[in-house]
Amino acid sequence: MSEIALQAVGLVRRIEGAVSHTLVNGIDLAVNKGEFVAITGPSGSGKSSLLYLLGLLDAPSDGEVIICGEPTSKLSEDDRANVRLTKCGFVFQFHFLLPEFTSLENVLLPMRAAGKMSEKEMRERGLELLASLGLKDHANKRPNQLSGGQRQRVAIARALSNRPEIIVADEPTGALDTTSTEQVFSILREIADQGRTVVVVTHDPALADRADRRVHIVDGKIHETFAGRGKAELETVAPTET
Amino acid sequence: MASNLLFNIAWTHVTTRVRQTLVGMAGVAMGVGFTIMMAGLMQGSQIDFLRQLVDTMPHITMQDERRTAPPQPADQQYGAVQMSNVANVNNRPGIRYPESVMASLRSWIPGDVAPSVKTTAIIDHGGRIGVTLVGIDPRQEIKVSKLASQMREGQITDLSRAPNAIIIGQALAEKLAVKNGNSVALIGGQGTEVSSTVVGIFRSGLKRVDEGQIYTTIGTAQMMMGQSGIINELRLRLNDPLSAEKVAAQVEGQTGYKSVSWEEANSDLLSSFAVRDFIVLTVMGAMLLTSSFATYNIISTITNEKRQDIAIMKSLGMRETSVRSIFIMEAAIIGLVGTVFGWILGYLLCYSWSQITIYNTLTGTTVPISIYYSPMHYIVAGGISLLCCTGAAFFPARKATRVHPVEIIRGAS
Repeated sequence: MSEIALQAVGLVRRIEGAVSHTLVNGIDLAVNKGEFVAITGPSGSGKSSLLYLLGLLDAPSDGEVIICGEPTSKLSEDDRANVRLTKCGFVFQFHFLLPEFTSLENVLLPMRAAGKMSEKEMRERGLELLASLGLKDHANKRPNQLSGGQRQRVAIARALSNRPEIIVADEPTGALDTTSTEQVFSILREIADQGRTVVVVTHDPALADRADRRVHIVDGKIHETFAGRGKAELETVAPTET
Repeated sequence: MASNLLFNIAWTHVTTRVRQTLVGMAGVAMGVGFTIMMAGLMQGSQIDFLRQLVDTMPHITMQDERRTAPPQPADQQYGAVQMSNVANVNNRPGIRYPESVMASLRSWIPGDVAPSVKTTAIIDHGGRIGVTLVGIDPRQEIKVSKLASQMREGQITDLSRAPNAIIIGQALAEKLAVKNGNSVALIGGQGTEVSSTVVGIFRSGLKRVDEGQIYTTIGTAQMMMGQSGIINELRLRLNDPLSAEKVAAQVEGQTGYKSVSWEEANSDLLSSFAVRDFIVLTVMGAMLLTSSFATYNIISTITNEKRQDIAIMKSLGMRETSVRSIFIMEAAIIGLVGTVFGWILGYLLCYSWSQITIYNTLTGTTVPISIYYSPMHYIVAGGISLLCCTGAAFFPARKATRVHPVEIIRGAS
């Protein structure tokens, strides 16, 4: 039986106000270690909201997110930040690199924040990550000196810097051209193949099909689950059984 | 969270906004610089004035009176009965055994003591003016007052040159059109009238002294008072004028005679200094506070511009307090560098002021403006400025870092 890296149990996210709105409505989902899961769905279906909940960027109104076997609903904000720092790596639609810092400095940021390595070790790892993503010659360039694809690859390197168990990516190819999109997806696929858990939100069904599993969300609920990676057959799986 | 990372980010923010940073630093430097200048000016003028004041008069004056009336014979005899309209019985005026008292005081006070006789008289030179007549021993007086150095004409020892000689204040001499060597009439309280020779003219700088006080020998003063052998004042000068209040209390405790320190004698003046200090300190505080508004504006602008960075740092796992401390560090950098420039500016302003000369009414001469240089001014101005800067940064930083990262990320997406 596969080890579960990330699990959502009865996850609800409700926005209270004059008109209450439910973004995520009772989602149960388990993602195995080393699995590549794509979350798809129409705009406003709640896929990004689900991703933010899974990555502890947002707190659920109800339900539980279990990361590497640890329930997180009772954690303080500082402890949640620590989980994000050490166990989750984030990639967003826009690179969100700090503009005053070089590529290498951006990649070093989470490692420095964690403070578990020496400066020399951090630099070596940062350069190694950049080299593995084809950015060896761009280590000392600032974000405004890089192309969109290069920036997104730097953001992936940053997400990987603390060796997180889980990578969550919110439409990481949404702002990229076809070539860069292909590059980024290949990298994410490779990360999953290396044994890390990858959860990606995407609009692109062709790319989603290259994941191990595709979870389709409609109105904040899991509508369907498909097997990915070229498997054409449609599977309708109850969310709790995954 | 590694503090060098936070400092690194803070440093990058301030160094990439050179113009804003310089404006902030200039604001802090101006606040600190002018505060140091005002503190130096204020304390300098105050110390200068007090020094003149202290030099003009004895540090402690022991008088032949008591703060409260002594127990009355009627009270002692009939303590249980309240009696009204019974005149108090006072001891014979004058300090008893003044030589013994002086010898005793000399044995322990850190300074010296001299006898004097204080009475009132009228000086007549065409016009009549009531004055305070102080009988002194010229040889001992020089140990307890600066009268010798305040002499504009003649010398203090000239008092023994002629019978009933007097030394008068310059203002009084001008008022009566009296010149050194002139004869005037002195009329005592008992109606005693003598002819006196003016042997000297002094200027203390205090109008009430220069216009209303004349010096003579102890013998002449006793004669004008009509009580020979009386010493009704001992004048003490201390090595440390600031200990006058404490020593006066000890002298009074030992002798029982009312002993007035120069602080007590000028308590009204000193309390006005306290009010002035309070006003000036308030103004200086306001200056430093105002200068911190520039920092507030800069940090507000930076936090507003950096909302996206704040969101991303939080999403990466940096704690809210850590992200907040980045902006407080930025304010501290602005405050610290601004303070250093403020110190330089403050010193230069103080130096510039000290080059300006003004007419000093106390000394009657043109002197440079008194500036008091104290490291404490620099430490306090810098400390308050840093506190104001970091305090000013705290609120915009707190507001900005409280923002939920999802809101920013969604907005940007």
